[in-house]
Amino acid sequence: MAAEAHAIDALGQFALSPALGAIGASVNFTQSNLMMLISAVLILGMLYLGAKPRAVVPGRLQALAEIAYSSIHGMCVDQIGHEGKRFFPFIFTLFFFVLLGNLLGLLPFSFTYTSHIAVTFALAVLVIVLVTIVALSIHGLHFFSYFFPAGAPKLLAPLIIPVEVISYLSRPVSLSIRLFANMVAGHVMFAVFSSFIVMMSAAGVLGTIGAVGPLALNVALMGFELLVAFLQAYVFSILTCIYLHDAVHLH
Amino acid sequence: MSDDKGSRPTSFEDRLDQARRRQGLDASNSDPAQAGKGAAGGNAMAVGLRVGVELVSALVVAVAIGWWLDRTFHTLPVFLIVFVLLGGAAGIANVWRLLGPGRAAPPKR
Repeated sequence: MAAEAHAIDALGQFALSPALGAIGASVNFTQSNLMMLISAVLILGMLYLGAKPRAVVPGRLQALAEIAYSSIHGMCVDQIGHEGKRFFPFIFTLFFFVLLGNLLGLLPFSFTYTSHIAVTFALAVLVIVLVTIVALSIHGLHFFSYFFPAGAPKLLAPLIIPVEVISYLSRPVSLSIRLFANMVAGHVMFAVFSSFIVMMSAAGVLGTIGAVGPLALNVALMGFELLVAFLQAYVFSILTCIYLHDAVHLH
Repeated sequence: MSDDKGSRPTSFEDRLDQARRRQGLDASNSDPAQAGKGAAGGNAMAVGLRVGVELVSALVVAVAIGWWLDRTFHTLPVFLIVFVLLGGAAGIANVWRLLGPGRAAPPKR
């Protein structure tokens, strides 16, 4: 935290820098990519080690893996219906990739890859392309009736169709901005309050006593950010489920 | 198989449900859409943020389309003006879909 010259550097934490030394620098392998790899390894390790014992009464890790599996499975079936089982691997991967990105970013010296709009927008575009392909492959050209609700007056078609198309295209934007903005806002607040601590404690004994305030605020903020990390991963995957439901059932 | 228990419910699931209800642990048992809505909509700031994101994203998409059409046909303000209006309407439609009445009854939205 560069709060030395009374400047709050809240956005410097989002800068990318090469990881893994000279090899990483030569192929532009950043710490963001490194965190993605770590989260992928953690998810696979959690599932592999959790599924390994195959105990009737699960241990802690197996219970974690089973809860993770069954909760996402339940979400798919509840939201999409019976066909949702086909999309279970996709939703599971999406949920845990976002969740681990949010959670790992809360650790010191780590990096939140979900705080980059490039990452979240790529995920959202992936979702919307998949949804459109699913809808087209199930319903064919009938899919385009989605943009004109049945029963609406024909006269309003030139107004309704552009509005519905824009509304459809705004889904990936709102999906990605929601996750990205939540992550950035949380981490900026962390940085601002912790630079308050440094700046106040530089102002003598009274300032050091007063710096307990922002410290306590940061502790409370950490709890709030844990909630946001889970909530945003949940919102991202449940909105994907809702869009897939629309694609499969079309209204 | 266990009907010698008398008046107590026979199934283990029933007994578990009853015990959970006694302890007040049943609150987390609602369907996921409502749970998400409850956690997100519990504070007004989260609802406000969601509505704001919906409005802004529709407008961003509309402005991008309008600007791109104008750049293609060299008619700079025309499509931009039209699509800003359409984008505002699409944003309102998004918010209506999110919060409007009638959608609350099925658990899908």
